[in-house]
Formats: sequence, C-alpha cells, structure tokens
Amino acid sequence: MTTEPIALTRKDFESDQEVRWCPGCGDYGILAAIQFVLPELAVKPEEMVFVSGIGCAARLPYYMNTYGVHSIHGRAPALATGVAMTRPDLHVWVIGGDGDMLSIGGDHLSHALRRNVNLKIVMLNNQIYGLTKGQYSPTSEVGKVTKSTPFGSVDFPFNPLSVALGAEASFVARTHDMDRKHMMETFRRMHAHRGAAFVEIFQNCNVFNDGAFGGLLKKDVRADMLIELRHGERIRFGTDGQLGVAVNEFGEPHVVAVADVGDEGLLVHDERRADPTLAFALSRLSTGPHMPTPIGVFRDVDRPVYDAEVQRQLVAASERSGPGDLAKILASGPTWSVD
Amino acid sequence: MTVETPSDPRVETLDRVVIRFAGDSGDGMQLVGDRFTELSAAFGNDLATLPNYPAEIRAPAGTIAGVSSFQVHISDHDIVTPGDGPNVLIAMNPAALQANLSDLAPGSTLIVNGDSFAQRDLDKAGLTQNPLEDHSLDAYNLYVVPMTSITVEATKDLGVRPRDAERSKNFFALGLLCWMYTRPVAPLIEWIESRFKDKEQVLAANLAAFKAGRNFGETAELFDHPYEVRPATLRPGNYRNIIGNLATAYGLIAASQKANLPLVYASYPITPASDILHELSKHKNFGVKTLQAEDEIAAAAMAIGASFTGALGITGTSGPGVDLKSEAMGLAVSLELPLVLVDVQRGGPSTGLPTKTEQADLMLAMYGRHGECPLPIVAAKTPSHCFDAAFEACRLAIKYRTPVMLLTDGYLANGAEPWLLPDLDALPDISVAFATEPNAGTEFLPYLRDPETLARPWAIPGTAGLQHRIGGIEKEGIGLDGEGGSGNISYSPENHDRMVRLRAEKVARIAHDIPGVEVDHEDGAQVLVLGWGSTWGSIQAGVRRIRARGLPVASAHLVHLNPFPADLGDVLRRYPKVLVPEMNLGQLSRLVRAEYLVDAVSFTKVQGVPFRAAEMEAKILEMMA
Repeated sequence: MTTEPIALTRKDFESDQEVRWCPGCGDYGILAAIQFVLPELAVKPEEMVFVSGIGCAARLPYYMNTYGVHSIHGRAPALATGVAMTRPDLHVWVIGGDGDMLSIGGDHLSHALRRNVNLKIVMLNNQIYGLTKGQYSPTSEVGKVTKSTPFGSVDFPFNPLSVALGAEASFVARTHDMDRKHMMETFRRMHAHRGAAFVEIFQNCNVFNDGAFGGLLKKDVRADMLIELRHGERIRFGTDGQLGVAVNEFGEPHVVAVADVGDEGLLVHDERRADPTLAFALSRLSTGPHMPTPIGVFRDVDRPVYDAEVQRQLVAASERSGPGDLAKILASGPTWSVD
Repeated sequence: MTVETPSDPRVETLDRVVIRFAGDSGDGMQLVGDRFTELSAAFGNDLATLPNYPAEIRAPAGTIAGVSSFQVHISDHDIVTPGDGPNVLIAMNPAALQANLSDLAPGSTLIVNGDSFAQRDLDKAGLTQNPLEDHSLDAYNLYVVPMTSITVEATKDLGVRPRDAERSKNFFALGLLCWMYTRPVAPLIEWIESRFKDKEQVLAANLAAFKAGRNFGETAELFDHPYEVRPATLRPGNYRNIIGNLATAYGLIAASQKANLPLVYASYPITPASDILHELSKHKNFGVKTLQAEDEIAAAAMAIGASFTGALGITGTSGPGVDLKSEAMGLAVSLELPLVLVDVQRGGPSTGLPTKTEQADLMLAMYGRHGECPLPIVAAKTPSHCFDAAFEACRLAIKYRTPVMLLTDGYLANGAEPWLLPDLDALPDISVAFATEPNAGTEFLPYLRDPETLARPWAIPGTAGLQHRIGGIEKEGIGLDGEGGSGNISYSPENHDRMVRLRAEKVARIAHDIPGVEVDHEDGAQVLVLGWGSTWGSIQAGVRRIRARGLPVASAHLVHLNPFPADLGDVLRRYPKVLVPEMNLGQLSRLVRAEYLVDAVSFTKVQGVPFRAAEMEAKILEMMA
C-alpha cells in the first residue's frame, strides 16, 4: 500500500455550517481542539465518522467535514458499534454529553466499552441538561437545585470514570475544556489506542451550570486542584509540587504532603496495569470538583478488539468452509425430487 | 424417487392424515414431531405442521400448563393447513389427553401411554376419575399402550437406569407411529446415530425404544393394520422441508448476495424470532456479521449504523421489540437508509402469548411511530414464502433507501412445509450503485433525490469528497425552486411540509413497483375473501371447501401491505361482499375500509392458533347466504 503524503489543516475538518452553541460555551474549545489535532493524526476526513446522540454536545458532528450521524438520544454508542463492526477501516468517534451517555444511553455506553469496540467515545460532562434548559443530570451533585429539582436533587451521581472502568474499558482518560494542549494530547492518546476509548471532558455550561468546575479549573487554584497523571511517574502536584498521591495500608490512594512521605512514598502511575483496581481507586480520589482531581490517562491496556474478532471469525469460517454457497445450504439435509 | 413398498399386504391407503403428538413439555414431543415431519417430507408427502408449546421452559411436570404438542398433517396431495383437528392423538399423560381431547372428533384414534395414568398423574392433571376406566373415551378408537414399561424393558440389557430409560419413551411412540403409517425408517435410525453419537447410552436407548415401538405395532395385534399416505404429486423439482424462520434467514442471505452487500444482522433474543439470529450466526463464510445486542433499541441502532457504512443492515424481533425499536425506525425513515425490521408476530399486548401466533402488529407497522413516518410493509404467507418476502423486503429497502417492515408470525416461524427449492440464479439483481462523485457541480447533496424513485444517493464513508452529516432533525431537501438538498438542519415550515410529503410519496410510489393483486376468481363469485400473512392456508382451505360444494367464491392475498397494490381498490369494488379474516380484531379490514370506502366485513380470531378450515367455510357460507 502506498501512503500518500497528507498535508491537511484544521480547515479540512471544518464543515460549512455555522456553529450554534451559546456564546461562551465550553464546546467551542473542544471542537477547536478536535479540529486542531486531527490533521496531525494522518487521518483523511472521509475515513472519519462522528456519531452522536442528542444534546448540545451531540451537535458536534454537523461542524465536522467528515461523515457524521446525529442519531437519537443515548443510542450513539450502539449505532457507532454498527459502523465500526462493519467497517474496521474507519475511525469512529462518538460524541455526547453526560445525560446522553450516562442516563438514557448508559446501557449502550457500558456495553460498547465491555465489547471493546474500536470507538473513541468522548463525553462532554457539564453536569446539567443544557438542550432541555437546565434539569439535573446523572452527574449533578446531590442537593443540586435545578428546574426539575427546586428543593435540591436527592439523586446520587455517577462517577463517569468509575462507570467506564467498571464496564471494562481498555482506555480511560479525563481532560477539561480550559486546556487545549491537554485536550489535544488526550485525543492523540485516545486515537492511538486500538479498542474502546472513553474520555471525559469537564465542560462548562455557562448558561445553566456556569462554573461547575470552577473549583478545579480557575487559574489560581488549578495547580493545587488538578493532578496530572503521567505514565511511569510519581503522582505529584501542587504549585510547588508539594502534594502527591500515596497508597494506604488498604491499597487506597489518598492525597499526601510530599514532606510527610518523601518522594519515594508516592504512587508511581502505571496506566498499563492489567488489573483496573488502582485506576478505579484513582477515579474515586475525588468525590466532586471541590477536591484535588486527577486528569490524564488512567488506563490504557490492550484487549482483543471487537471488530477485529468479528472479522477473524469471518475469515476463519471462509478458510474452513470456503466462500458461502447458498444453493448448497438450501439443498443440505434431506431433499427429494418430484418428476 | 423410490417408494418403499409396505411389506404388509393389509396396508390401507389414506389420502391424508393429521397426527398430534401431545405430552409433557419434558417428554420430547417437539422432537418426535419434527422427526416424523422430516421423514414424511423426505418420503414425498405434502405436509404442514403446527407446533404448540408453553412459554415456560419447564412448567410443573404433568400439569395442563406444561403440555406441549406437535401436529403434523401429511397427504398425497397439495394441502395448505396443518389440519383442523387430529385424526390420531398420541397422549403421553392425562394432562396431554385432557388438554387435547376436545380437538379429537369421535371415531378418531387415540393412543395413550397407559403407564402414566396412576392416581398422582390424574391428580396433577386435575382429574377426579380415570378416563381410561370411566367410559368417557368410548367414542374413540382407544389404544392403551404401556409405553414407559416397554421402553424400560427394551433398554434393560443396555445398562440404562430405569429413570433414564423412561426418557426414551417418545422414541417408542415415534416407532409405533412410523409402523402405523409405514414411514421409511432408515433415515431416522441414521439421524439417531448421528445426533446422539457422543452419548452412547442415550443413543442405544433411543434406538431400542424406537425399534420396540415399531415391533409393538407389528406384533401386538392391538392394531388391525398399518396405513400409508403416498407421496404427493407436487410441481416437479427439488424439494426440502422448511420452517419459516429458516426461510427468512435464507431469504436475507440471498438478498445480501444479489445486492452485493454484506449482511449485518443485529438482534436481541426474543421468542419466536431468535432462530433467525441462530441461523444467520452459522453462516459467517457468507460474510454475514451477526450481533447479539444489549437490547432491542441497540440492535436497531447497530443495523442503521451498518447501513450507513454500506452494508445491508437488518434487525429482527417480535412485537415487544418492535415497540422498543420504534424511535430507531423513525430515525431510519428520516435518514433514508436501507433497513429491514423483521417482526415475527406473537400474541400481545405486552408479553402476551410469547409462543403463540397472532397477526396484530399490522397497525403497529403502519402507524407505530411518532410523526408522519411511513414505511413499506411486506408480509409472508407460508413458511417457505418467508424466503420470498424477506428478499422482497430487502429489495425495497435497498432500492428506495427506506426501512421496511417484514411481518411473519409464530405460526410461520415454527411451522414446516415442503419447499420447492428456488432457482437462485433466477433471482433478480437488486444491487444499487453507491454515490462516488459530487452530484451538484463540485458539491455533494445527500438529499438530492432520484426523480423516479425519490431515493436519495447512498454515499458511504471512505468516499473522498462526499463527506456529509445526516441526522434525525429535519433536513433541507430540494425546494420548489430546485435549490437545496444539502441535508443540513432546516427548521423552515415549508421545507418540513415538503419533506413530510416527499417521504410519504416515496413510499406510495412503490405501488408501481409491485405486482397487482392476484385474484383467484371464479365465475359468479359474489364474495371475495381478502387475507394477508399466515391466514393464507386457512383461507385457501376454507375456499376449497366452498368450491367443493359447487359454490363460487374468490380469494386474494396481500403480500404488500404498504403501499397496497395499485389495483386493490378496483379489485375490492368488483365484489358485492368482501370478507377479511384476520388473527386480530380487524386491522386490515379497517385499512381497506378507510382507504377504499368498501364495506369489508371483518372476521377475527385471537386464540393464538390459526383459523380452522371449518370455521372459514362456515363464515364464507354465512356471507353467501
């Protein structure tokens, strides 16, 4: 196969449609990061399919000059599974919000992850229903006052990364809409992973849930509140690197002062651990955007990929039985002729 | 073919017989029914079958709720139904007798397993008296055969434990029936040997029981003489026996081949549709990809995703699954992509009667989605016709880029009949070309339609320059000025009005692409019997009975339910009376009344079993009076 030189730019991935999110929406930055990173990935626009469900985030495919399906609420991972299993040659990205992916579509998300379908699933988490104008979502905190919960929500929220890890995801990462560089790096890593990848993006809805992640993402607190995970490195953060993550006697990670445990007392991040227990525990280090919260790649392991396995069975069947001959099948078993 | 000449000179020839095996659901009645059917099919009889089993895998043994039966009608001539009631009933226990006796006409043959009429067996069946002793069966030719004890005795020397040996009693019953109806036994012995080759003792026990059954018939002097039903004179050609679900699966594969598109079948297990998934999953060397989805909705979405990329996406289910898929079907209507939804109808509403047949999803297929959401509907009429109907559903889906509903039902799905094997080379090429180039200057407009079919271009991912985005939101179509067709989101009132009408028109135009109504007319006929789906056999049987009385009657059967054939209105108006028999509360009759303003009379039955020929005959006679 000859590889043509591809010199694509951001423009090659922009459709002619006017972007219609609310001014100031975090989605703009996410769209830009995607359009910036794609030319680097040596993927042709026609080989990409963006699949989405319903919600603000789900409008993203319309803005991409790729193939795209804006489907029905919650079902994007399922529809995308049909795309990926039929055409392993395509790069299939699934875009959705927290309501789309974890509420109405929680079923499909978890099954796409456990099957390890070659899908890049990007969940824009703003902890609110935006398109329907402000109801609490499955990631909203307890006590959230919204239009549908005037006295505060009594629902306990999902931790999206815990859900993904519990669903056997082979790649799990988190990034946020204020850091294009980190988003682009996360997308690069996601793209390089073969199998189902799940990325949560903290995304600000400036109309219905403004500043939901302010406790983490404001410039002045970021250094002390975001824990950047780097494979093979000790988990250390803070303005002066004064904080870190260590594991207690029960194997549970917790935040420590480096001064107390020393550098060697800190946990070395290993995203390639076959066992997801530590990654799961890291996903639960924080219970909300008011505690130091890890971002970056939590887990990146190799597992048999669904579409490849499906294809393998097809090839094996053809090698075993030759190409299908329907006439032969119809006439298999007892037949008789009438003259 | 060679016909085994019965060795017994006393053999009496019958033109047809209806046999029903009935027992507990653990007694293996479906299995021996199937075997008897296969033997008869290979022998060359025409046949039709009616399996009937409980929804529970194992209802309490010996109770009425746990009774499972299999009726097979074999004949030396062309038949169309599994028969109204049996001529011979095999009852393996009191519950099976109790549950089936009302279908047995006086004077018919009744064979019971005498070993299973102890007090506790009677108690389980809710009987206070033993029917074998209280003369309540005097109207029948009753044969009480100690099937269990003979089976145990016959297998004793094989080292089989008595409890295990008892399980072979169904093969004893089969052996006895094979003697009674002079079935060729070699194929059955071969089948037993191959099926149980890994279970030596079970093989030996079943074989011994089968032979004991045959020998019992021959030597016991209980039965006066055996019968034979000679091969039927069917149209020349090669035949096999087929059940509907299998025919559907083969029809889908044939369509995939003739369309030159890979088949992707996504489905969630559901009675009575699962066998289509089972069958298709075996044929991976055809490039068939099957996917057992996490739920019904996912299955539909996966099939749509497959179609978007240039495959033939199919999803199959039964009524409850159709309910769940309705939103996805709306999406497919909006995306205008090929998709076939197979609905193997069963009794409803809700879980209803999962293992019983019904045809009450016609209105669901027509109207069961929000918004103006039309799609073509094709219905199969016999088990083997499922092949043709599946092929036709795919043809329409591909050509018109539309979801299509294929309606079969539980009776067709599991019912068997001989099938004149189709000439696959004679099936039409149903392939369509994918879009490869811009269709409007340098631009590609995904909703620029073919002026004749109104189908939109099918451009699949991987095609450079034709990238496009489609979705469930209303799309910009071609305007009256000839501009537009981008498929971009459009909230324009005029555009929506036009798109709604265009989608309806696209489906309506299919009427010109399907055959007219085939009317089986007779001079002087004043009544037309109009049917659809699996009532075909019952209607044919009823019509034949009327004609046998020397009375004229006409019949017609619809395969296309949406749109109707273009001449249906004219046909209906030709007859003073139109009778529409259906296994629902009158769904087709309402549709034709609304569409054509004809005074169609509805005739309905929703008992989970097909109409009987006698019921049909009586109703037609009533219409003629």
